[in-house]
Amino acid sequence: MYGEPHFLLAGDSALVVEFGDEISEEVNRRVHALAYALEKNPLPGFGEAVPTYRSLLVHYDPLRLSCDEARALVTDLLQKCEEIPLPEPEVIGVPVVYGGEFGPDIEFVAEHNGLSVEEVIRLHSGATYTVYMLGFSPGFTYLGELPEALVTPRLPTPRKLVPAGSVGIAGAQTGIYPIATPGGWRLIGRTPLKLFDLNCDLPVLLRPGDRIRFAPISEGEYWARLKKEENGGS
Amino acid sequence: MVVLEVLEGGMLTTVQGLGRYGYERYGVPVAGAMDPFAVQVANALVGNALSEAALEITIVGPTLRATESCLIAVTGADLSFRLNGRPLPSWMAVFVRGGWLIEFDKRKRGCRAYLAVAGGIDVPVVMRSRSTYLRGGFGGFEGRALRAGDIIPISQPAFHLPSLAGRDFPADLIPEYSDAPEVHVILGPQDDYFTEEGIVTFLSSEYKVSPTSDRMGYRLQGPEIAHKERADIISDGIVLGSVQVPADRQPIVMMADHQTTGGYPKIATVISADIPLLTQCLPGSSVIKFKATAVEEAQARYREMMEAVEEFKEKTAPTGVSGDPTLATREKGERYHRVVVENLVALIEEVRATKVSVKGTEIPV
Repeated sequence: MYGEPHFLLAGDSALVVEFGDEISEEVNRRVHALAYALEKNPLPGFGEAVPTYRSLLVHYDPLRLSCDEARALVTDLLQKCEEIPLPEPEVIGVPVVYGGEFGPDIEFVAEHNGLSVEEVIRLHSGATYTVYMLGFSPGFTYLGELPEALVTPRLPTPRKLVPAGSVGIAGAQTGIYPIATPGGWRLIGRTPLKLFDLNCDLPVLLRPGDRIRFAPISEGEYWARLKKEENGGS
Repeated sequence: MVVLEVLEGGMLTTVQGLGRYGYERYGVPVAGAMDPFAVQVANALVGNALSEAALEITIVGPTLRATESCLIAVTGADLSFRLNGRPLPSWMAVFVRGGWLIEFDKRKRGCRAYLAVAGGIDVPVVMRSRSTYLRGGFGGFEGRALRAGDIIPISQPAFHLPSLAGRDFPADLIPEYSDAPEVHVILGPQDDYFTEEGIVTFLSSEYKVSPTSDRMGYRLQGPEIAHKERADIISDGIVLGSVQVPADRQPIVMMADHQTTGGYPKIATVISADIPLLTQCLPGSSVIKFKATAVEEAQARYREMMEAVEEFKEKTAPTGVSGDPTLATREKGERYHRVVVENLVALIEEVRATKVSVKGTEIPV
């Protein structure tokens, strides 16, 4: 983590506030703290803020603010960040059916790490993860930290279509595909939860900064829950 | 209600406004018009809010028929806009009678034209926007490009229309679209990932817009831009105009449909004022040169550009008085005259064709 955050230029209407050059909970927490402070104290002339692993992209209106003014406002807010504590997030449970057709790569992940499939499930569902960021496609969640014993490289060639709800591993990351897209992560399971719903004002179930835990479910429970989700959610 | 009937969809015609804001943090791309300036001027010409949804027309235009009278304006690329067979200028508000055909012909300049209709295009709002996001299949008209048989509803305009017909956007304020533009950039946010030589190469070479370029990104082909070491970063946020350079050392400029985050280092960002020049470049043929500029200068240019649109919008009252009357020209007067005469002739024809009952001749039983 940097001693002082770095300000980077992203063109004439956005700034990047970078807190470090590593994926860590500590750095990511500072990103979300600034995003939260901006949400609670909207600054005049500022637009949306996009949190990622280690930086916050802040849009501002160049018709209202110069770059220096925008930077000064964010600097002030950074100092106030400690007075606006990030609320402790609730832990959201995400049911997952592991293995089989739902997680075709779980055997590979097990073999690669010298584990049994049961151990993979136990380790993956035993950890609490932070939603570091959303990106890649609408609602795609990047989660950390993955237990070290589960670290597995991506597929050499991405799949043309990964089903919605698939839970995957790529290197030291784990994540969930909210909609069917191409993808190269090793798939270990699938959740019946509807993670992206464009008809909702808040279209995502999991937001940046949220904490989640995976709960293993049976195939029967998966189909029952999926039906419930399709009929308008829980 | 006015609707536009789509007789031919054209190459890629989509409903686009200024994009979808507030959802980037959830991974939802902004989308919206590739040329934000042209769509705003089109809206200003027909008396709409600047961010209203319009049609973005790509290279080969559609054929449309308005079912009832409406006011339209075409801006952006010159795709030989025609109304009922007659060529008409772009960057001008034009009155369309019910049944008339809106057509396009040869591409003369630029790549994307915008057709705004007074009242705006009335498609459902998805996540606070009417803009189409093609890859996600949502927004706009059923989340897709228009095709023959589609019926596009138009909202009721706020005021009487014919009064606005004939007004045009000052020619000296129209961007000079070119097939070989100089595009200004601000270095960063990851220019420190590149060698000094790499940055010099980027700023001194010509880059061709590859044929695989689309609304998501413009892939460029030219001299290789050298990284210092790594060609990947810990994924961070992307903005419109970000210039990514992946391991193959060929730059990609992120456009309207760009993903919200990415893991390639970004050498520079195209300035807001030059985004229109870039989006009007034709994939497969245009050639770009990048030039570095300071953020203050970029903002001053953007401010100047947008103030001109605001001023144009304010100066034009719905009563039809357009611009500064002391700046009238003979050419403009002739154009106004022609439009008025055409509309009058059409009105007479319409009245003649309408059956009317004379008052008093109908005797109640």
